[in-house]
Amino acid sequence: MSSVAHVPQDPLPIGRSRAPRTLSGQIIAWVRANLFPSIPSSIATLLMLAVLGKACISLWQWGVANAVWTVSGSDTSACRAAHGLGACWAVIPEKYRFILFGTYPFDEQWRPALAVAIFIALFAVSSRRGFWRKELILFWAAALVAIGLLMWGGILGMSFVTQDRWGGLPVTLILATFGLAFGFPLGILVALGRRSKLPAIRSLCVLYVELIRGVPLISLLFMASVMFPLFMPDGVNIDKLLRAQIAFILYAGAYLAEVVRGGLQAVPRGQYEAADAIGLSYWQKNALIVLPQAIRHVIPPLVNTFIAFFKDTSLVLIIGIFDLLTTAKTAIVDPAWQSFSVEVYVFVGVIYFVFCFAMSRYSRSLEAQRAQG
Amino acid sequence: MTTSTPKPPPTRPWRLSLDDPRIAGLFWQIVVVGIAIAIVAWLWSNAVHNLSVRRISTGFAFLGREAGMPIADSWIDYSPKNTYLRAFLVGLVNTMRVAVIGIVLATVIGTLVGIARLSSNWLLSRLAAVYVEVLRGLPILLQLLFWYVLMQGLPAARQAWQPVEGVFLSNRGLIIPSVPLHEANWWTILALVAGLLVLYLIRRRLIGQQMLDGKVRPAWPYALGLVGVLPVLVSYLAGASWGIEFPELRGFNFVGGSTLAPEYFALLIALVTYTSAFIAEIVRSGIQAVPRGQSDAAKALGLKRGFVLQHIVLPQALRVIIPPMTSQYLNLTKNSSLAVAVGYQDIVSIANTTLNQTGQAIESIALIMMVFLTISLGISFFMNWYNARIALVER
Repeated sequence: MSSVAHVPQDPLPIGRSRAPRTLSGQIIAWVRANLFPSIPSSIATLLMLAVLGKACISLWQWGVANAVWTVSGSDTSACRAAHGLGACWAVIPEKYRFILFGTYPFDEQWRPALAVAIFIALFAVSSRRGFWRKELILFWAAALVAIGLLMWGGILGMSFVTQDRWGGLPVTLILATFGLAFGFPLGILVALGRRSKLPAIRSLCVLYVELIRGVPLISLLFMASVMFPLFMPDGVNIDKLLRAQIAFILYAGAYLAEVVRGGLQAVPRGQYEAADAIGLSYWQKNALIVLPQAIRHVIPPLVNTFIAFFKDTSLVLIIGIFDLLTTAKTAIVDPAWQSFSVEVYVFVGVIYFVFCFAMSRYSRSLEAQRAQG
Repeated sequence: MTTSTPKPPPTRPWRLSLDDPRIAGLFWQIVVVGIAIAIVAWLWSNAVHNLSVRRISTGFAFLGREAGMPIADSWIDYSPKNTYLRAFLVGLVNTMRVAVIGIVLATVIGTLVGIARLSSNWLLSRLAAVYVEVLRGLPILLQLLFWYVLMQGLPAARQAWQPVEGVFLSNRGLIIPSVPLHEANWWTILALVAGLLVLYLIRRRLIGQQMLDGKVRPAWPYALGLVGVLPVLVSYLAGASWGIEFPELRGFNFVGGSTLAPEYFALLIALVTYTSAFIAEIVRSGIQAVPRGQSDAAKALGLKRGFVLQHIVLPQALRVIIPPMTSQYLNLTKNSSLAVAVGYQDIVSIANTTLNQTGQAIESIALIMMVFLTISLGISFFMNWYNARIALVER
C-alpha cells in the first residue's frame, strides 16, 4: 500500500551526473571518480601514493640533493664520498664526447655531430605525410651520401677518418638507418616472393624469412664477425662495421617482409584482378596498384618494427663494434670512473628513450589518424 | 543444380616464348634458384679453401673432446674434464632454465600490468602505462647491463640484505630457502603430475556426459583423491621428507638454500620486465577487443564478476591475445642469448667459448642456430595447437 506522496519527486539520480560548476568542485569530483571510487580502490590509491612518494623522495635524494655535479679533472674523491647516497653526474660532462662520438678525432667531432643532425632532419621530413612522394627517395639518397662524406671525409679539406675510429651515436644511427634503407626494399621483394605463384621462389623466400626469424640476432652477428671472413675469397677483407651492417640488412629484410606480407594480404582481390584486367605487367601491378595500398595498411606496425630494430642495433656491443651502448660501457672502464656506470647507463638510456618514444608517439598518432578515417 | 566438377581450362599448346606465363614462370624460377645455388657454391668453395689454408678441422668430431672450460652455474653434473657435447648440454639446460621461468613470470606480470592499465583507478593505470612505455623504450641489452651493474653494487655476503627471513640479497646473488629433493620427493611430484593428468581426463569425460544429459556430475571427489590423497600416500610410503632448508651465513659464503647467481638473476629480471611490458600491451588490446556488450549482457543475466571474466571475456580475448603472445615467447627465448653479455653460460655463450677454443666457427654457430630453430619450432607448434583449440568454433 504505497501512497503517491512517497514517490520521490526526482526519480532519476541526476545529481551524480551533474557537472560541478566551480573549478575546485570539478577537481574534487575528478579525484573522487578516478582515485577514490570505492573502498578497495581508495586503499590501493593510498598505498600507491605512499610507495610512490617514498620512491620519489629517495630518487630526488640520489639524483639531485646528494648528487655531485662537477669535479675538477679526474679527481673523483667527492663522487666516491657520495657513492651509494648520491649520483655522480660529473661523469657525464667528463665523458659525454666519448660516449656520443667514440674515438672519432676530437677536433673533427663537429662532423659526426652534423651527421646526427642530418639523420634527425631525415627522420623528421620522412614522418610528414606531405613529403610522402617519389622525391623523398632522392632526398634519402642525398642525405645518406652526405652522411657518408661527412663521416669519411677525405674531400673539401676534411681529413680522412677510417671506419674503425667511428663510434657512438652516429654508428647506432648508421646501423639502424642503412639497415632500414636497404632492408625495406629487400623485405618488399621477399614479401612479394612469398606470395608468388612460383613454388621455387616461394620456398626460397619462406626459407630465408623463417631461418632469420628463428635464430637470435646475436648468432647472425657472430656469423658476420666470425664466419663471414671464412666465406670470402683470399685478399677480400671487408670491414667489421660493414659486415655487421650486412647482417642487419638481412635481419631487417626478414622482419619487414613479414610486416609487408600482412599488408599485401589486406589488399582486396579485386584490386589484383582489376590490375590484371587492364593489362598491367607483374611489376606494374605491384608497384602502382598493390604496394601503395599494402604499405599504407601497415604503417603503424612498420614503425613498431623500426623501433625494435633501432633498439636491436645495441647488440653489436657483443661483437665489439663501437655503437652508443659500447662507448658508454667503455667510458666507465676508466678506473677513476669505474663505479659510476649507473649514471652513464641512465644518460644513454635517455638518448635511446627519446628516439624510441618519439617513434612510438608517431605510430600512435598515425593509428589515431587512421581510426578517424 | 547438381554440383559438377568445374571443367579444367583448356590447355593451350606451349609456346617457347617469355610471353607465355608458364614459360616465363619456369624461366624466372630457374634463374633465381640458379643464382642462389651459385652464391652458396661460391661461398662454400671459399670456405673449404680458407679452412684448409688455416688448418682448421671440420666436422663435429670436436664434440667428443675434453672441453676444459669451467661452467659456474649448472644444474646437471659437469666438470671441465667433460666433453664439449656435455658442455653444450649444460648450456642448453641453462638456456631453457632462463627461458621457461622467464616466460611464466613474464606472462603473469604482463597480464597483471595489462589489466592494471585498464583499471578505473587513474593512478594505477598511469603507473602501468609508465612501466610499459619506459621498458619498451630502452634496448634490452642496456636494461640487462643496468640490472647487472646494480647486482654487482649490492653489499657483500656478510652485509647481505635480508628482506624476508631466510632470503638474502647480496653480490653473490639471491639466496632463497629450498626444499632438498631426494628420490622420494621426485616420486611424490611424479604422482602429483600423474594425478593432475588423470583428473583432467576425468573432468573432460564428466563434462562430455553432462553435455549429453544435462546432469551435473561433481568432479571434486576425484580431485580430492587424485591430487590430495594420492601424493600424500606416495610421499608417506616412499618416506619423503619436506623439511625446508634455510640458507645460513658461514664465514664469507652461504650454506644451504638455493642460489640464483647474479648473472642469472640479472638476465631473468631483464627478460621478464622487458617482455612483460610487451605482453601487457597485448593483453590490454585483447581485452579491449572484446565488445563491451558481451560483459554488459553477462552482467544483465546476473552472472558474477569472476564468472564473467573467466567464461565470457577471457575466452574471447585469448583469441586475439595468443598469436602475438607466441611471438613474444619466441622473442624472450631468443633474447636469452644476451646472456653472453653478462657471462651467464647459456648455449650461445658456451658456443662462443668453444668457437674461440677450437676455431670451428661454422659448426659452433650451426649448433646455436639448430638449437634455436628447434626451440622456435617447438614453441610455434605448441602455441598453434593451443590457438586451434581455443579458436572460435563456428557452425
